[in-house]
Amino acid sequence: MCLGIPARIVSIVDADAGLALAETAGVRRQINIALLAADGRAPSALVGKWVLLHVGFAMALIDQQEADRTLALLSQIEQREWDES
Amino acid sequence: MSLNTDFRDADRVRALLAAMTPVAGRVAARLGRPLQIMEVCGGHTHAIFRFGLHQLIPDTIEFIHGPGCPVCVLPVAAVDQAVALARQPNVILASFGDPLRVPGSRGSLLQAKAEGAGVRVLYSPYDALTLAKAHPRKQVVFFAIGFDTTMPGTAHSILAADRAGIGNLRFLCHHIRLIPTLTALLEADEVKLDGFVGPGHVSMVIGSRVYAPIARQYHKPLVIAGFEPVDFLQALYQLVLQLDQGRCDIENAYARVVADTGNPAALQAMEQAFESGVDGHWRGLGRVPGSGVRIRAPYRHLDATGLLAVAGPGKAADDPAWCHGVLTGRIKPDQCPLFRRRCTPEHPVGALMVSSEGACAAYYQYRPEQDHPEEARRD
Ligand code: SF4
Repeated sequence: MCLGIPARIVSIVDADAGLALAETAGVRRQINIALLAADGRAPSALVGKWVLLHVGFAMALIDQQEADRTLALLSQIEQREWDES
Repeated sequence: MSLNTDFRDADRVRALLAAMTPVAGRVAARLGRPLQIMEVCGGHTHAIFRFGLHQLIPDTIEFIHGPGCPVCVLPVAAVDQAVALARQPNVILASFGDPLRVPGSRGSLLQAKAEGAGVRVLYSPYDALTLAKAHPRKQVVFFAIGFDTTMPGTAHSILAADRAGIGNLRFLCHHIRLIPTLTALLEADEVKLDGFVGPGHVSMVIGSRVYAPIARQYHKPLVIAGFEPVDFLQALYQLVLQLDQGRCDIENAYARVVADTGNPAALQAMEQAFESGVDGHWRGLGRVPGSGVRIRAPYRHLDATGLLAVAGPGKAADDPAWCHGVLTGRIKPDQCPLFRRRCTPEHPVGALMVSSEGACAAYYQYRPEQDHPEEARRD
């Protein structure tokens, strides 16, 4: 029950109540974005963004730049392994 | 999402394993034994087996499956409270799917449901508000469990129910906080370990900074990991590098989700709804000082403990002693004599068998048959 899943925000349902529609693996469901939106961000700015969903709440934005940085770090390791083998 | 495939990529997995193996070998040779690494979070235990990582990781690394599955540490007394409430007339007891299966002293919530009690499975604590509005003549009780990842959702729902003035909804909260649980484990000195793979989703709420004492006071390195194979191996590699270099730091290998400061809005909701530092009694762990929470006074009208005839102090765990051994890393699940014999996911004796994130359930589901020669013969 603890796992979070990535989901993409499709539209805002009710900005005041913090409700949005999100898509996970092709399934659309209503989620709560109040704990993200409280961050001074306009809810509409979240549309199209990937979030980490846990028990119906978007708990973190998934940061594509950080993901790219991690992957870049990994490609250095891959390169080294190829060079050594 | 491309991220999923990127972090499951076989070449990346191979490269990480190839980079990690000689370093781990070097450290193990120096120590004269395999490295003992605790993965705190049940989600990681599950990922290790689901992706077959246990067959790929060099045997110079040994995992100790930590206590980080809230379903697994849910005490019998908490289940009994929930069952007692569900059996009251006019009550709908709602919770996530897993807690419904945890055995209490007089059966589980699912058994109570089969006997006619009002029990509902919800996906989110926030759905409890809708349920309460739809059943104005019933008392709805949400049985809330989980570590710091799940707490903000409950907290937000409590605050929202208060604002909306919903009069027929209460929360029975048995949340548990990670940091006091980890420090209690380290204080008790029961587990011998070299470092931690830190939980990714708890950390997205509490942030990476709060782990500083683990490195400073207890001199254990910790690297926060996500749940895809590449995420996990990357964290493990960073951990092994630290051990090789004699370093002891908190590192974050899941920066796309986890920030240093965590999620401030989530932390604020938790702080507003809950008082921390309450002693908890957890299954398999016993009393863990400061690990529990209580609903704060302004929201006490939403606290379901007021509905309980006898609140009573939390009864200590009375499940098989073997579970304690697994939770503290002294035995592996398949060393428990009940494993696969009396204790199975269909008929769990201990809670570690209930949730798919429990160490025993993960072993049961994913360890190949040859690991259980007796079982193979019996089939
Ligand atoms: S197999 Fe069952 S009884 Fe044995 S440790 Fe695991 S959960 Fe406990």
